[in-house]
Amino acid sequence: MSQIHVTATINGDETEFLCDPTETLLDVLRDHLDLTGSKEGCGSGDCGACSIILDGRLVCSCLVLAAEAEGRSVETIEGMAEGDKLHPLQEKFIEHAALQCGICTPGILVAAKNLLERNPNPSEEEVRYWLAGNLCRCTGYDKIIRAVMDTAAEMRGAA
Amino acid sequence: MTRVKGAAHQDLAHDSAVKHVSGAAEYTDDIPEPVGTLHAYLGLSDVAHGRIAAMDLTAVRAAPGVVGVLTAEDIPGANDISPTGSGDDPVFPEKTVEFHGQPLFAVVATSRDAARRAAAQARIEIEPLPHALDPLAAIEAGYPEVTAPLTLQRGAVEDGMAAAPHRIRGRMVIGGQDHMYLEGHIAFAHPGEDEDVVVYSSSQHPSEAQHMVAHVLGVPSHSVVVNVRRMGGGFGGKETQMNLFAAVAAMAAKKWNRPVKIRPDRDQDMVATGKRHDFVADYAVGYDDNGRIQAVDGIFAARCGFSADLSGPVTDRALFHADNAYFYPHVRLTSRPMKTNTVSNTAFRGFGGPQGVIVAERMIEEIAYALGRDPLEIRKANFYRDGGDVTPYHQVVEDNILERIVGELENSADYQARRKAVIAANAKGDIIRRGIALTPVKFGISFTATWYNQAGALVHVYNDGSIMLNHGGTEMGQGLNIKVAQVVADAFQVDIDRIKITRTTTEKVPNTSATAASSGTDLNGMAALDACEQIKSRLVEFACETRGVEPGQVEFLPGRLRIGDEEIGFDALIKQAYMARVHLSAAGFYKTPKIHWDREEGKGRPFYYFAYGAACAEVAVDTLTGEYRVERVDILHDVGKSLNPVIDRGQVEGGFIQGMGWLTTEELWWDEAGRLRTHAPSTYKIPLASDRPRVFNVALADWSQNAERTIKRSKAVGEPPFMLGISVFEALSMAVASVADYRECPRLDAPATPERVLMAIERLKGTA
Ligand code: FES
Ligand code: FES
Repeated sequence: MSQIHVTATINGDETEFLCDPTETLLDVLRDHLDLTGSKEGCGSGDCGACSIILDGRLVCSCLVLAAEAEGRSVETIEGMAEGDKLHPLQEKFIEHAALQCGICTPGILVAAKNLLERNPNPSEEEVRYWLAGNLCRCTGYDKIIRAVMDTAAEMRGAA
Repeated sequence: MTRVKGAAHQDLAHDSAVKHVSGAAEYTDDIPEPVGTLHAYLGLSDVAHGRIAAMDLTAVRAAPGVVGVLTAEDIPGANDISPTGSGDDPVFPEKTVEFHGQPLFAVVATSRDAARRAAAQARIEIEPLPHALDPLAAIEAGYPEVTAPLTLQRGAVEDGMAAAPHRIRGRMVIGGQDHMYLEGHIAFAHPGEDEDVVVYSSSQHPSEAQHMVAHVLGVPSHSVVVNVRRMGGGFGGKETQMNLFAAVAAMAAKKWNRPVKIRPDRDQDMVATGKRHDFVADYAVGYDDNGRIQAVDGIFAARCGFSADLSGPVTDRALFHADNAYFYPHVRLTSRPMKTNTVSNTAFRGFGGPQGVIVAERMIEEIAYALGRDPLEIRKANFYRDGGDVTPYHQVVEDNILERIVGELENSADYQARRKAVIAANAKGDIIRRGIALTPVKFGISFTATWYNQAGALVHVYNDGSIMLNHGGTEMGQGLNIKVAQVVADAFQVDIDRIKITRTTTEKVPNTSATAASSGTDLNGMAALDACEQIKSRLVEFACETRGVEPGQVEFLPGRLRIGDEEIGFDALIKQAYMARVHLSAAGFYKTPKIHWDREEGKGRPFYYFAYGAACAEVAVDTLTGEYRVERVDILHDVGKSLNPVIDRGQVEGGFIQGMGWLTTEELWWDEAGRLRTHAPSTYKIPLASDRPRVFNVALADWSQNAERTIKRSKAVGEPPFMLGISVFEALSMAVASVADYRECPRLDAPATPERVLMAIERLKGTA
């Protein structure tokens, strides 16, 4: 099988990689590019652990072929902080203890960031339903929802 | 410095929180793969029960990228990974297939994708045999029990039952549950020289994985190292079920002398690994006009799957909790751990306890509906109390706080007024019906296998004053590491930042118990404290010798010590002690006192203490579709004097939601051929963010202290809150009962999926 050459912008950096035509973007991120922050929870689009932003849209990277990333912009959890400075969502997740085993956390943060970019003032109902595509087996979600609401309020205050 | 950062009883974030939020926390699948790493994948049976007539793996071997296969014949040591030594749990079966999805061979290839594709090429001929999938079918077919049953008995149940003014008999079917840890099973083995192998895996029981791998390889345990940095969730699912993956990875690594990783996909993980036990409980309860229970007779038949695994202790624990919070004057409880042609069920948060508790609550409901009373009244009438404080296993309940915890929640949740409002709303006869329930939980803490109640820890103080902490527990998100580190910070009176928590490894602490039974902090915290105390006493001795003072004049203050009139920084003292050749490392040990258990007699004190809690749930049910939502939940839970309240609250919330999932949306469904049809999150539904109760008030009983001398008087928190989810189930039941004016107990089976709720509504309407 001949490999495909792909050029994409990943977390702001122009990145080139070779992939099989059948390889998912999740596998390329994890196995070729050492970006292991995105996780595989199901491989079938049902858990959200692999959430990334593709050209501004929240997607499951396990359902995207790596070759589809050609010429597009990919944002992963690794690009969320600026250097050592955590994104406000990341800080609030720590402050609210909105994580336990932490394996759902990258996907949830990516999804929450995308929500706040679309809607800086979501209702709690909107947060709960937006995050319904991201499974968490540990926390019971309460602290996650509170952390997102709190971040939204703070970011609005700062803006 | 007046107070050290991160000492006991403070709110403190998870030690890996920054790594978690930045995606830098390394899980087993994130460990960089050395060049030449191979990948294994399992081939499974597609028959529930049958004789293996032929296994043709030619096409598997010939598939692209394949390096080789492993079958039962390739096992160098023993082909058995049964955790209790029962010899019924082969890595790969030799003659008989015992469930649909049983691993039969492994294929090893240059990539995971290649291995996965190759596994599908196997041609396996199996001559089918009759199969039994559930406990009732198994009993009917004359199947054996996978392990010896247990009977708990006190008083004279026949006489008590005969003398009771009222009697009810019933049956409750209680579904199982998949763990759905977001990180599935995984093992990554690296071969070493001689017989050595190092296995990185996501296991709650590294010592057992080590012993099993050694057993399967036919080498001494000292040749095998198992390392666990962190797990992406465990919940009991990685207590014994990881052993197969660890063994396969290790066998392949030794055979081909290359690193080998095995990670099933989600579907294979769900099909091939054990779950929470389903139960069918037949109960009879005798009671008086006031709803006071006189006698209880119960038989608990469990779907154990094809092998014993942990079914013995799980079904035992179901009986230990079939009283929940209630005194039974005469009682007989019997377990039937049935063999079935399904995956071997295993540990899952609560370990059988929840299945016992829910039957106790069902009996309360039965009595309440029969007498036309509020179930909470019946609950209170039957609480353990003075003169009625002996459990069916003859342990006396000494630390009872049921009345207080339930009373406080009843007030803070405004239960009485809300129940009136619910009844008034339902009286209008609308399509949407409401229900409210307040249920208690009392949960026994300790492994019932008494020898498991031991732990070790290793603490080093380096000569720069930094501290390394290691213990036998594993971190799966429950915050065990940070809590144990807080104990160490407290002991030395140093900031937690100078303590490094290292991965769990069989090289540092041997013969550890599983991180299970909620015991992680109780056991490992005490072991770590023991290690700290040893080092501290050497430091005190050194201080006395060099300063000519008495031990009473040496005090550990935040960041420093006072020695007589002198104050010296911790670092400075450590440096001096090192120069004076004081040993600054210690191995700590702990074993739980007081407990003993005689299984033959059904008597003893299996539990060191009890943890308590209560939850009040209100739901709204659409009587035309059976769909429902949880409107409000209030929880008051007892964790003793919490080591870390924010972490403990997380356990309470997560446990509650997981318990709610077990009883509402999470349905395991096998077809007649024995195929699990709910084998991925597409079909198996755990609670989502959108399912969180609309109003969710969670509080810890901050006045509580453990009556026993546990670590800083805290209590275990992993499992007990799971059973708070029963409040949702009981509230659903009330909403359903409203359609027949609360005259009949709806006898909902679990999980109460919308489908089941609707069927119960239809059934009750028929009798209304
Ligand atoms: S791994 Fe992509 S949604 Fe689960
Ligand atoms: S923190 Fe474990 S799955 Fe969310």
